[in-house]
Amino acid sequence: MILTFLISLLLQVSGGDTLSSASLRDPVRANAPERVSPPENEESSDIDVGEIIFEHIGDEYEWHITEWKGKPVAIPLPCIVIDNGVHVFTLHHAAENGYTLNENGKLVNAATGKRPVDLSITKNVLALIMSSLLLLVIVLLTARWYRKHDAMKEAPTGLAAAMEPLVMMVHEMARENIGEDYRKFSPYLCMVFLWILLNNFLGIMPFFPGGANLTGNIAITLVLALFTFFIVNLSGTKHYYKEIFNPDVPVFLKPVMPVIEVFSAFMKPVSLTIRLFANMLAGHIMILSMVCIIFIMAKYGPLLSGSMTLVSVLFGVFLDALECLVSFIQAYVFTTLSCIYIGLARAKEE
Amino acid sequence: MNLVTPDFGLLFWMVVIFGLVFFLLAKFGFPVITDMVDKRSAKIAQSLKDADEIEARMASWKVEQAQMLEATRKEQSQMLREATETKARIVADAKAQAQAEADKILTEAKAQIEAEKESALRDVRKEIALLSVQVAEKVLRHELSDEGSQRAFIDQLVDEASQAQMRS
Repeated sequence: MILTFLISLLLQVSGGDTLSSASLRDPVRANAPERVSPPENEESSDIDVGEIIFEHIGDEYEWHITEWKGKPVAIPLPCIVIDNGVHVFTLHHAAENGYTLNENGKLVNAATGKRPVDLSITKNVLALIMSSLLLLVIVLLTARWYRKHDAMKEAPTGLAAAMEPLVMMVHEMARENIGEDYRKFSPYLCMVFLWILLNNFLGIMPFFPGGANLTGNIAITLVLALFTFFIVNLSGTKHYYKEIFNPDVPVFLKPVMPVIEVFSAFMKPVSLTIRLFANMLAGHIMILSMVCIIFIMAKYGPLLSGSMTLVSVLFGVFLDALECLVSFIQAYVFTTLSCIYIGLARAKEE
Repeated sequence: MNLVTPDFGLLFWMVVIFGLVFFLLAKFGFPVITDMVDKRSAKIAQSLKDADEIEARMASWKVEQAQMLEATRKEQSQMLREATETKARIVADAKAQAQAEADKILTEAKAQIEAEKESALRDVRKEIALLSVQVAEKVLRHELSDEGSQRAFIDQLVDEASQAQMRS
């Protein structure tokens, strides 16, 4: 199966594609890519690694799953644009509706070349919907266990047993950092932690329904950070705002401190955004690069490509393991920082 | 660069979907779990405290018990000692009493024996005196059957009596 896959892939690379060019799918996690096909057509097997990688970590208007017999296998997704009314179509019918893709692969009005308001259900949005539903189901099922059972008398089993440590870890974190009204904030922190964790892991998964690079997308991390930002600043105590606008500092620092404090308040969500985004993106890029090495080396003969394949598989396994660790750490870090920021905002006068 | 410009569509959907899921889970998901687990933790903490208390009480009971046991043992040995003493005293008393009684009986017996002996001696003496008088009578009757001898005898008696008078 893998052989067929690789051959079809090479054909695909040599043939070229109109819509989604260079659609190299992630085969590394299939974990047996040692059997590299011999280079069939050396002159055209140059692989544009950058394009492959960017296509993987980016967004698209259909969910490309694999190539089958030279044809792309993809889930068509509805494009929804608001531009003199709402237009709904699939990518194949974009031209009929007067839209085309610009150089960044985004829908633009074919006539004016401008971006409409684009609310398309893209690959990332679909992944977002699926993972959020999954999280919803998981947590509600866990909650159901606690409703149906007497937790005083039985130990949790199954899903509840798996979820309890995660939820309680965040809950305890909230308790330690926020203070007496931590219960108000603990659901948000639990939500953020589990959502990021789940999507990080789904992101590492190479095949549908995973594989979308959600937590490595700056829009997603920005929204998460903004949620934290608003919760922090809307629940800020008088003391918190006094510390920002009128801190107890020597007189000559009085005009400077508010500027610095306001700046730092706005930098907090920015740092949250960039940290999660960059970490997850970097992980994806590293793994994809490892995979691409296999295909780049394919034309250099069996010895070189074989040995490099071995190396990249080993590195790929290592990086995947590392990514699992990073997935957890980043979810934890985001949650901890959110928790600390909320704790600072809930500070009381001593 | 398209990687670092947030896409509006994704922003929109993320806010909507994340917000919706957050709302649902914050209402029906997490509080149920955390409240229950918190309650359980409180119960466990309480149980542990109770267990500690009971253990402490048990320990104090144990000490009390040991003290009681010790006291009982002391009392027992005390009673034993007293009993031994009493026994010894009773035995000694009895011995002394018995001795006294025996002495008394002995003394009485001796006295009686003495008295008996005395009276017996007296009887014997009386008897002997009687006998000797009778013997003397008979002897005298026989010896004094003639005149001469009667005279001689009377003389002798007078002598003797006079000698006795002189001596006294």
